[in-house]
Amino acid sequence: MTDLANSFRTQPDERGHFGQFGGRYVAETLMPLILDLEKEYRAAKADPAFKAEFDSLMAHYVGRPSPLYFAERLTEHFGGGQIWFKREELNHTGAHKINNCIGQILLAIRMGKTRIIAETGAGQHGVATATVCARFGLPCVIYMGSTDVARQQPNVFRMKLLGAEVIPVESGAKTLKDAMNEAMRDWVANVHDTFYIIGTAAGPHPYPELVRDFQSVIGKEARAQMLERTGKLPDLLLAAVGGGSNAIGLFHPFLDDPEVAMVGVEAGGHGVETDKHAASLTGGSPGVLHGNKTYLLQDEDGQIIEAHSISAGLDYPGIGPEHSWLHDIGRVKYLPINDDEALEAFQLCCRLEGIIPALESAHALAALPKVAKEYGKDQMILVNVSGRGDKDIFTVADALGAKI
Amino acid sequence: MSRFESAFGKGRPALVCFITAGDGDTAANLDALVAGGADVIELGMPFTDPMADGPAIQAANLRALAKGTTTADILALAAGFRARHPEVPLVLMGYANPMIHRGADWFAAEAAKAGVDGVICVDIPPEEDAELGPQLRAAGLNMIRLATPTTDAARLPAVLDGSGGFLYYVSVAGITGKQQAAIDSIEQAVARLKASTDLPVAVGFGVRTPGQAEAIARVADGVVVGSAFIDIVAEHGEEAAAPLKELTAALAKAVHNARETVA
Repeated sequence: MTDLANSFRTQPDERGHFGQFGGRYVAETLMPLILDLEKEYRAAKADPAFKAEFDSLMAHYVGRPSPLYFAERLTEHFGGGQIWFKREELNHTGAHKINNCIGQILLAIRMGKTRIIAETGAGQHGVATATVCARFGLPCVIYMGSTDVARQQPNVFRMKLLGAEVIPVESGAKTLKDAMNEAMRDWVANVHDTFYIIGTAAGPHPYPELVRDFQSVIGKEARAQMLERTGKLPDLLLAAVGGGSNAIGLFHPFLDDPEVAMVGVEAGGHGVETDKHAASLTGGSPGVLHGNKTYLLQDEDGQIIEAHSISAGLDYPGIGPEHSWLHDIGRVKYLPINDDEALEAFQLCCRLEGIIPALESAHALAALPKVAKEYGKDQMILVNVSGRGDKDIFTVADALGAKI
Repeated sequence: MSRFESAFGKGRPALVCFITAGDGDTAANLDALVAGGADVIELGMPFTDPMADGPAIQAANLRALAKGTTTADILALAAGFRARHPEVPLVLMGYANPMIHRGADWFAAEAAKAGVDGVICVDIPPEEDAELGPQLRAAGLNMIRLATPTTDAARLPAVLDGSGGFLYYVSVAGITGKQQAAIDSIEQAVARLKASTDLPVAVGFGVRTPGQAEAIARVADGVVVGSAFIDIVAEHGEEAAAPLKELTAALAKAVHNARETVA
């Protein structure tokens, strides 16, 4: 039984803080809107009609529940614990991102907003946002760093097909961080009619909380599926962490199960000892960016350092505030995985399981060689395969020196 | 009497001038602003991710950082300014992370030591005041808050609580350097703010020309100009002092005499 006082599932507090992290570090122009959003979110959460519509779209539009799959050949390959996949890559649009977008666009409609904006890194969140905008008939503007536009062309075209306007962002390193800056600039200038669908469990309160809640469908399903299939809870959860929405979505429903260990996998880029990585917990320190306090890659003056990862979706110098808190209290362990390890795992999963994982998810899979042997054959490791890798084949081909 | 009280107590509207620290010859540029007639100086602290700024100030931030401008350099610029201009109020304006990275106490103490009078932090709203406000006030500095068109009557007391120096009214919901609000809406907003506070109200965002500044000065205690100066530094580089002084003088004339020329 869960003792509420000792629960890990009661964050954030009423001010949006997860321990010292989170909060609402935004310009005054946005504050009233943020407070409004929080009020509306509380009302929606308590409204059975909102939940019914969300659940119905999840079932019939997204295709949930996503399967729980026993990865027999990978299990055999590593010779340790049983490896199971939560198949988020089978969702409509090919990743977990759609779960959150459905929730947020229903909120936007509730609030009477008539225009949607979003940032995107790999393009998965942009595609998911463009998808729900098409579905609900709202105009959609996606900000995307021009570096990412170049390396994620298929997703750029997908967004355009879905009717979104994709605006390449030329500032900074021209990746996810800069796209988020530009989206916030748009938002502050258009608060009256615009809803910002943030793609990860970060940003000002209440975004980290509501994104987590919408993504928790992953962990709730996985928990029930595991119990139904095996009669037990998994012994270890593995998920990749950029901003951290797929990870927190999987982890949160298990946080009060002390027998379930959890590892969040950060992008180690060329190695955390180099200056080219995106491991903000392993290689960063607490600071304030994009509306929340969290671990950041930064220099001695608090200037933000550009992140690097082969995976565009993990290429961000911060992390969701709840992960910073879970890291500090030790409930979740975080492990960096380098580009080359992720590439190796990407290929292994293709060949042994017939599943092309997203490079983001390949980071989670790449932790398996390090952890699988620590578990016995009757123990279970559940990996969140958060997205499919079709979008990444050009990047992977390039990294492997292959010509398409 | 504090420097702010003097600057806003001259019986005429005040001109508040913003430039980014480390962009161009900052010390010479600051002197040019004062020589041109600036009543209050806002010195921007460059940040890698200036989310509330338009293209002009974004670019200034990146130019300053590309030149290697550090927090120590900014504090040295402030101290040098204070030594040369004992009477002119000096405000540091920027984003939270560089201000709190070494600890808000450290930043407040160093800013006070450098002769800074107040701080504007774009991304610390009243809800997160504990991050910086108490430390500034303990060091004798003013936390200058921003009010915006979205700050309603219910929120205004929270914005005013703990704020000092002057109140900065951001006249448009948007980023710096873009469009300007209609003068009627500014007049109404300033009247609403002044009914709730004794602090002077300065109006900024999108003010570029003497004509715009004059119109605002008729209804507000101060006018803030930033991007127009930044454009000059962008164009003239290290040699921006003379044209900065020229624009400041034109703006100062328009602002200082605004209420005498009302038709």
